[in-house]
Amino acid sequence: MKTVMGYIAGLLFGLGLALAGMTDPARVLGFLDLFGAWDPTLMFVLGGAVVTTFIGYRVVFRRERPMLGETFQLPTRQDLDGRLIGGAALFGIGWGLSGYCPGPAIASIAGLTAPLFAMLVAMVAGWFLARAFPARG
Amino acid sequence: MDWSASLQGLVGGVLIGLSAVWLMATLGRIAGISGIVGSLVTTLPKGDSAWRVAFVLGLISGPLLLMLTGGGLGNVAGEPGEVVGQPAGGVGLMLVAGLLVGVGTGLGSGCTSGHGVCGLARLSPRSMVATATFLACAIVTVYVVRHVIGGGA
Repeated sequence: MKTVMGYIAGLLFGLGLALAGMTDPARVLGFLDLFGAWDPTLMFVLGGAVVTTFIGYRVVFRRERPMLGETFQLPTRQDLDGRLIGGAALFGIGWGLSGYCPGPAIASIAGLTAPLFAMLVAMVAGWFLARAFPARG
Repeated sequence: MDWSASLQGLVGGVLIGLSAVWLMATLGRIAGISGIVGSLVTTLPKGDSAWRVAFVLGLISGPLLLMLTGGGLGNVAGEPGEVVGQPAGGVGLMLVAGLLVGVGTGLGSGCTSGHGVCGLARLSPRSMVATATFLACAIVTVYVVRHVIGGGA
């Protein structure tokens, strides 16, 4: 049952990304090109997603626990450290170079090309590399 | 301004939000792609990884579903009817970009979905800082690539 719920969540996410044009790096880069021919589409994607989640989470958290789990597993850390900010900065540069964040990159496997394959392999290598860093920077 | 693309973006965003709410309501998990997939590939399989595999399969089948309908449900990729767009560069550039995205989301504990959608919706200070940081760095990167190195192309 958990597997079915996971699949439905993934399907909704993938459909949302594709409908929103997030699986087209050209559109994503158009949004990031603030000082060129700016394309505002992504603002509506982020806005729609954040507002929906903001409202939805408030409804969900009225329950004591999730339908199929023991507890809501939420991050508890509040501190800002170099790992968070440095990591986000590196990610931003990679996102700006490629137009892919992890979701759209994986969702685009249906139209796999050699450059996208290279991106995915390097991304997985990067995740392993990040685990080799000391826990707190 | 392209209002149909904006509307479509809004619909897509709401679906992404519903996915995040669904995952929290049923399994009590944050819908962070780098976290879900990263923990799947970098740690040995545990009893709790089936939903992650299913999530990834769902994620891939979303665009596939649109492609099978000829993009007929409407999407806003560059070409009409196209769902999955072309990567911005060749293998070399994408290797560098992929490594940065992997290391960055691994160190920063999240990407656009975990920090930018779920984290902002929870009003998490860490996610607000992370989102502002990666957005700013991505905007500067595109500026440098297109308008400094690219000579205004």
